[in-house]
Amino acid sequence: MKANIIITPKKAVLDPQGKAVQNALEQMGYKGIGTVHVGKYLEIELPGSDAAAWRGQIDNACHRILSNPLIEDYRFEIQ
Amino acid sequence: MNIAVLQFPASNCDQDALHVVQNVLGLSGRLVWHKENSLAGFDAVIIPGGFSYGDYLRTGAIARFSPIMGTVRDFAAGGAPVLGICNGFQILCEAGLLPGALIRNRSLQFRCEHVFLKTLTPQAPFTNKIPPEKLLRLPIAHGEGCFFADDATLDQLQNEGRILWQYADEKGDLTERSNPNGSLRNIAGVCNEARNVAGLMPHPERASEMILGSADGRLIFESLVAWLENRLAQAA
Amino acid sequence: MSDPAITPELVGQHNLSPEEYDKIKGILGREPTYTELGIFSVMWSEHCSYKNTRPLLKTFPTRSPRVLVGAGEENAGIIDIGDGLAIAFKIESHNHPSAVEPFQGAATGVGGIIRDIFTMGARPVCALDSLRFGPIPEGPGAANNRRLFGGVVSGIAHYGNCFGIPTIAGEVYFDACYEGNPLVNVFCLGVLRHEQIARGAAKGAGNPVFYVGPATGRDGLAGAAFASRDLTEESADQQRGAVQVGDPFMEKLVCEACLELLATDAVTGIQDMGAAGLTCSTCETAARAGTGIEIELSLVPQRAPGMTPYEIMLSESQERMLIIVKSGREEEVKRIFDKWDLPWALIGRVTDTGRMVVKHNGAVVADIPAKKLADEAPVYQPEAREPAYLKAVREFSLDSVPLSGDPAADLKRLLAWPSIASKNWVYRQYDHTVRDGSVVCPGSDAAVIRIKADSLPPGAADGSAVEKYIALTVDCNAAYVFLDPYEGAKIAVAEAARNLACAGAAPLGATDNLNFGNPHNPELFWQLKESVRGLAEACRAFNAPVTGGNCSLYNQSPGGPIDPTPTVALVGLIEKPEHITPQWFKDEGDVIILLGDAIDLEDPMRGLGGSTWLQCLRGLKTGLPPRCDLEKERQLHNTLRAFIQCGLIKSAHDCSEGGLAVALAESCISQQFARETPRLTGAQIDLSFAADSARLDALLFGETQGRVIVSAAPLDVVKVVERARILGVSALKIGVVGGGELTIKAGAWEGKWPLAQLHDLWWNAIARAMAS
Repeated sequence: MKANIIITPKKAVLDPQGKAVQNALEQMGYKGIGTVHVGKYLEIELPGSDAAAWRGQIDNACHRILSNPLIEDYRFEIQ
Repeated sequence: MNIAVLQFPASNCDQDALHVVQNVLGLSGRLVWHKENSLAGFDAVIIPGGFSYGDYLRTGAIARFSPIMGTVRDFAAGGAPVLGICNGFQILCEAGLLPGALIRNRSLQFRCEHVFLKTLTPQAPFTNKIPPEKLLRLPIAHGEGCFFADDATLDQLQNEGRILWQYADEKGDLTERSNPNGSLRNIAGVCNEARNVAGLMPHPERASEMILGSADGRLIFESLVAWLENRLAQAA
Repeated sequence: MSDPAITPELVGQHNLSPEEYDKIKGILGREPTYTELGIFSVMWSEHCSYKNTRPLLKTFPTRSPRVLVGAGEENAGIIDIGDGLAIAFKIESHNHPSAVEPFQGAATGVGGIIRDIFTMGARPVCALDSLRFGPIPEGPGAANNRRLFGGVVSGIAHYGNCFGIPTIAGEVYFDACYEGNPLVNVFCLGVLRHEQIARGAAKGAGNPVFYVGPATGRDGLAGAAFASRDLTEESADQQRGAVQVGDPFMEKLVCEACLELLATDAVTGIQDMGAAGLTCSTCETAARAGTGIEIELSLVPQRAPGMTPYEIMLSESQERMLIIVKSGREEEVKRIFDKWDLPWALIGRVTDTGRMVVKHNGAVVADIPAKKLADEAPVYQPEAREPAYLKAVREFSLDSVPLSGDPAADLKRLLAWPSIASKNWVYRQYDHTVRDGSVVCPGSDAAVIRIKADSLPPGAADGSAVEKYIALTVDCNAAYVFLDPYEGAKIAVAEAARNLACAGAAPLGATDNLNFGNPHNPELFWQLKESVRGLAEACRAFNAPVTGGNCSLYNQSPGGPIDPTPTVALVGLIEKPEHITPQWFKDEGDVIILLGDAIDLEDPMRGLGGSTWLQCLRGLKTGLPPRCDLEKERQLHNTLRAFIQCGLIKSAHDCSEGGLAVALAESCISQQFARETPRLTGAQIDLSFAADSARLDALLFGETQGRVIVSAAPLDVVKVVERARILGVSALKIGVVGGGELTIKAGAWEGKWPLAQLHDLWWNAIARAMAS
């Protein structure tokens, strides 16, 4: 079983990496693309097959350490 | 007077901070390993710079869960001074002991150079020895030094006089060019509500001896010592 | 899974010749196993064995009363600096990996050289880098060159900054010959007390052998063999798997743990696992001690499943060390490595058989006499033949070069020329102030670091605060070496020594990185031979023994070979902090003096041969380079040092690329006080005294050797000029510090440049080139 977690910078936070990637894409000819946000992707291997049992813990971990709620949002799924 | 300098895996400015404490200020101090859980006998804590835990996940994110940080929280709650420098500032923000967060430099590059700092609140524990109009010339060395907080927090910091230092140019003006990392309102360092916990991105411990080019950083340490002497005298 | 059969094709793929294969059979008395074939292939690769260069390297001067550990003995050389203190230093290359994956290639290069230093028992305290790329901002390959340059600098920054070591000096050159074959040479220096010197010898039969550091994976498989082959487009693709990924955080922990372990006196031998990983470290430590070693591979921590013995022995996973501990002291390893949360494993024992025996799950997969493997690689004397291109170079005459139409504009072009322009785009990405020891930071002729008590490894018995000041520089003008290998190599050393003298330092020792093309090409091998001849003679002249170094051959790509590039790093000692001298002018009214002859009147090219002016303004890389008179250089450096020690000199800057005009401009504009805050000081210069001995462009931009621009207080000028005369060094007043401009007069001509304009061109050139 795996938890797939996506962490993204909050929209309000300065994202210079996102801006740099957006500029690079535009310069490469991908016209008309919108804003780019660069985030993080984590895969955590989990034992057993009871996804529901792990939801609370993963959510807790995301909130406590894996993301900084001041500047990041997160979402995840367990499969 | 006894100063603790915390040491996390891959702190690399711990020796520099200890050198200033012992050899420049002539005080007693030692390195405190992150797995220790007592700060008994210490009067102040310095959380030095470096790349604790390789800056993995987010800078300071893992260090702030070290056993010693719980002790630091209690230590700070008791009113004793805690100074976070660079990575130390990042750890204090992650731990919630200081407001805001430090994110990647706007240039996306690590930046090492000398900057000018304007001191906003000359009477705080960490600034009382800095002459009001004096600009401090200190080196920065960081990849994630852009200070971020929402507008409400920034206004609160401003109104409560908790912005201690801002990046300025040679004339003391807060300009975009003088801002090395994109920090909002050119903020280089802040303190908590009780004013005993402070953090700054520049390195005062690298500017405490003239032979290294500037001794302005020493004023920050001297402020801390003066404030501590007062505090200890009052307690006695 | 069984090993592949050993066929002539397989032997060839391992870069071993049929004769070498026969030699292997002779040593073993039988056919080798597949694992043994891999082991010999890396140990006998050029990168590890120096089989094509050893006879040449033996001609270097390697001893002096200060040398404690000499070239060839251990991982790095060690030199005494007085008061029981010593420095360990070395330079190394990571060229091929950086061409394929610039960030990780450069990062792991830094990791490797840092390990070479702390494996000697020294605490690493600073780094230098010497980098070369194809041209930016223009040219067909510019975009790729920018990518490589940016990636390499990021990689060095990432590793050095995280580890916590200041990268404090370096050089960067751009030239078409490095297109597709960048050069990344990195240097590290560490400090220790004499009694803390650690050796890479597996002493004491029965002693346990420990592996410490992260688990072994498939990184860098056959990297040493990869470095010993020409880069083709195919190899770039296939070899992507060969590039190792570095972890500076891990390295910092391993370094601290090793230094702590060394302080307990429980260690009898220690070596890092660098090129050829476990193979090299086990066989070299056994060979040095004259003992044998036996290891069991199933005990080696592995992070990939199903690794074969071949893979485990050849892996170049980073940040691993081999440590031989005294029997009975195993607990120290466990205690210290557990404290730092680092993996460790007891993987074998020292034996007295003289053989390196490797087992996998109890079965022997390799059994080789250690000394023969480590020390008896074949030695070759490749054919050398003077290159045909030199004829035209020697015949080239200055008469065929049109005079500069606008020398004032030429100076601006040169200051913005990426090889000359300020390298702040690079070094402002390097933490160059960590460790509280950076007295002279990047941007001056030589860097200076302060050594103090906490520069030492733990366990240093003496706690007294003895402070030392070390100057460092790395130099090589490869265009000169291409045009005249012997003279150009002498100049590399002479320029480095001159840079040290300008900082107030006397040389202690040298380390060299020989970057050349394919040694089996007789013309390219001739370049190598002649360069070594020049380096050796110059190092002897400056009393700077070579304490170790690195050879990187096969630096060529489909576009051709690189220019011969023998990079030299020189380390010197400054007796007192008051002697430390910067390169920029200080006070209005100070007098500017030229030490050394303005023009070499016996040089038909008048210093323009091989010059940057000729390359930048005329598009020509030809003409015999300026001559190097080692005796005159020595006199000049000694004289300059004596003046500095008497307190007569306020600034000193040597003349190199771009000649007098560029050196003068740099003395006016190179002091950076803080971010966006330079300290510009003008100068009024009169060179009319030499206007008749050379054409104007040669006078301004010629690169005649043996010249330093100094500034002195007006009251000290007479002393400087008089004493120089007595010491046989030319000293001429050429101008005065002051004003908001640089003005240079020469006969009827006058050039005038506003300082802010020159500074902008010079300071921002590389940032602009990278943004295009």
